Amino acid sequence: MQNDGRSNAESAGSERPTLSFGAAWQYAPAPEASDWVEIPDRRGLFLDGAFVAPASDQWFESINPATEAVLGHVARADASDVDRAVQAARRAQPAWAALPAEHRARYLFRIARLLQERARELAILESLDGGKPIRESRDVDLPLCAAHFFHHAGWADKLELAFPGACPEPVGVVGQVIPWNFPLLMLAWKLAPALACGNTVVLKPAETTSLTALRFAELLQQAELPPGVVNFVTGEGPTGEALVTHPGIDKVAFTGSTAVGKAIQARLAGSGKDLTLELGGKAAHIVFEDAAIDSAVEGVVRGIFFNQGHVCCAGSRLLVQESIHDAFLQKLVRRMERIRVGDPLDKNTDMGAINSRAQLQRIEALVAAGTSDGARVHQSGCELPGKGFWFRPTLVSGVSQADRIVREEVFGPVLAVTTFRTPDEAVQKANDTPYGLSAGIWTDKGSRILWMASRMRAGVVWNNTFNRFDPGAPFGGFKESGFGREGGRQGLAAYVRRPGGLVQG
Amino acid sequence: MSDAHEGTGARPAVLKTWKLFVGGALPRSESGRTYQPAAARHCNVARASRKDLRDAVEAARKGQGSWWNRDAYNRGQIVYRIAEMLETRATAIVDELVACGVEQEVARREVEASVDLCAWHAGLCDKVGVLLGSQNQVSGPFFNFSTIEPTGVVFVAAPEQPSLLGLLALLLPPLVGGNAVIALCSESAPLAGLAFGEVCASSDVPAGAINLLAGPRAELVGHAAAHRAIDGLLLAGRPEPSVGAEAADSVKRVRWCDAEWDAPGLAERVRRLDWVEPFVEVKTLWHPVSGW
Repeated sequence: MQNDGRSNAESAGSERPTLSFGAAWQYAPAPEASDWVEIPDRRGLFLDGAFVAPASDQWFESINPATEAVLGHVARADASDVDRAVQAARRAQPAWAALPAEHRARYLFRIARLLQERARELAILESLDGGKPIRESRDVDLPLCAAHFFHHAGWADKLELAFPGACPEPVGVVGQVIPWNFPLLMLAWKLAPALACGNTVVLKPAETTSLTALRFAELLQQAELPPGVVNFVTGEGPTGEALVTHPGIDKVAFTGSTAVGKAIQARLAGSGKDLTLELGGKAAHIVFEDAAIDSAVEGVVRGIFFNQGHVCCAGSRLLVQESIHDAFLQKLVRRMERIRVGDPLDKNTDMGAINSRAQLQRIEALVAAGTSDGARVHQSGCELPGKGFWFRPTLVSGVSQADRIVREEVFGPVLAVTTFRTPDEAVQKANDTPYGLSAGIWTDKGSRILWMASRMRAGVVWNNTFNRFDPGAPFGGFKESGFGREGGRQGLAAYVRRPGGLVQG
Repeated sequence: MSDAHEGTGARPAVLKTWKLFVGGALPRSESGRTYQPAAARHCNVARASRKDLRDAVEAARKGQGSWWNRDAYNRGQIVYRIAEMLETRATAIVDELVACGVEQEVARREVEASVDLCAWHAGLCDKVGVLLGSQNQVSGPFFNFSTIEPTGVVFVAAPEQPSLLGLLALLLPPLVGGNAVIALCSESAPLAGLAFGEVCASSDVPAGAINLLAGPRAELVGHAAAHRAIDGLLLAGRPEPSVGAEAADSVKRVRWCDAEWDAPGLAERVRRLDWVEPFVEVKTLWHPVSGW
């Protein structure tokens, strides 16, 4: 057990109040300068290698969720804009696929390098537009983005090794729709394998977080990527619908909510288009009594409060072994109190702003309505900024398996705590959900880790760690968390067709 | 079989009642209904109802655990046992195909190819994980690997032509992926498929791991698409869009292949991993590496 440096004073009968970390250690503001990142008021759609105005000339605001200030205006693409984008991608596809594979790889390597060179600028823009702490956009999102392009660059000229004897061919033109929680990282997850396999792309960023995709388009110009290989159409739901249903698209890749994923799957039924879905989750985070408790506390905190809990694989259901429940909860609550919530651009900030007012309202509604009698809600007492969208780190204990807070994806910094007695019960509770994206297991016993991990109906299992990502590690869901993988050799399968293969229905 | 129709004073043959294969048993339809298949009007075949399908799903969910919890080596032995039993029943199954209108020589070749296909898949059981899994070279001090696991219960609709090979080409890939399979035989020519159920019944296949139904295809496929405890669909022939739309409500894995079944070439065409891939789930495990 670690000594946190206060127990001596307390046991000596000091009159110091109970530990209030935030008040005792005030951090001076440490803002990342953002004035050098220029944001044009309007940028347009990225079609055929150039920025163009939407046909309708309609624009909508993109705001900073931490201040509600308007950052700029984003084009609302209609069906005719989507059609222009798809036509551009179609025209570009044969030549892109016919390039020597090493040349295709070279463009991806260039993009990876450009991402590294302009990482800070993009990280700042990501935090401004989406509300995530600069520490995360700078240290997680951007490095992973670059790594994703670098990794897939190396696949572009090794597809015959990835699929021996199967004569892999590009699918064609891919329509991709991505969410607002990791705008650039999801863009990288989608674009890199698609391009490596010889496909061209029309991608729609999320409406609240389009700015970094448009900045990324400038990188594509710098990389001299042939026009039409990548096209960005910005807009809301109708833009996405026009994209996924466009007859000129051969494959759709979607990351987002399970409800929308199901609707897309239903719309594409019988179309002959390929489809991969990365949908919602309600991950169980299981802590056994023999776990390294302090590490587990850090892991659980990382699992649910990383990126304000806007993470599809967030560890939103804590299953703690009954014997250590009280002690674990006490440590967890104390640790939660120390999370610094505030200005996303402050380098000391742990948790930033909720991405949008709509999302904040969803979280508030679910926390208010999602618990039964006997539930106890613990919230951090941290100060919240006056403007912007904020939600305190929250933990709900005493909940039952049937409570909405346990069953539904909150997509916010809200942890539901339940208990178990035996490994069998942990397995049963963990799998008692229509989702199956991820799971976490904390125990010091190796054989139990493997026993538990093999029984988790989930696509990613983090053991004595959580929320780790790598371009070489396949990521994706079981059950209603979707199908298809992103990353690694298995992820490439979503972007090739093999002659004689089965057709998706 | 043919003796029954000669009626020349020869010994009257004992005629078979054609039954379903569900949960390791050979039941009639719970509905009490039978039908005379278009290609074999002389037979009464148990006509699977929606309730029979639901029963099969229940049996398959139980059987799936029993199937997957075995060692891969043991699954391989069981699939090889199917090949052995099929070989000894080859003549009878050729007769069922001939009774449904297939030429004698074509039927013989097809049944032989079916036995061979079983043996090929028997040997795949303990290699699927090697071929579709991976050790992943991630950045940072982590041991990282991806294993494969079955999707769960897969509903298979065999091609409509009289064909054992067509049924097995669709049934075996999800099976070797560790799934339990509910296979719907050809509606008009179900005899070879139902005979395969009799083979399975004597091949050490765990109850519920393989289930065979016969009956109205459009109705049963539609019902399977909407059934939330079925995790995947593998269909011969392009399905109606409504099938995929129903299946979307539980995010089923849906695949189909064209229904042009050219028996001699087919057996080679289906020996491939990407027919297994849609019905296995990749699971990625992370663990830190440290020396303390």
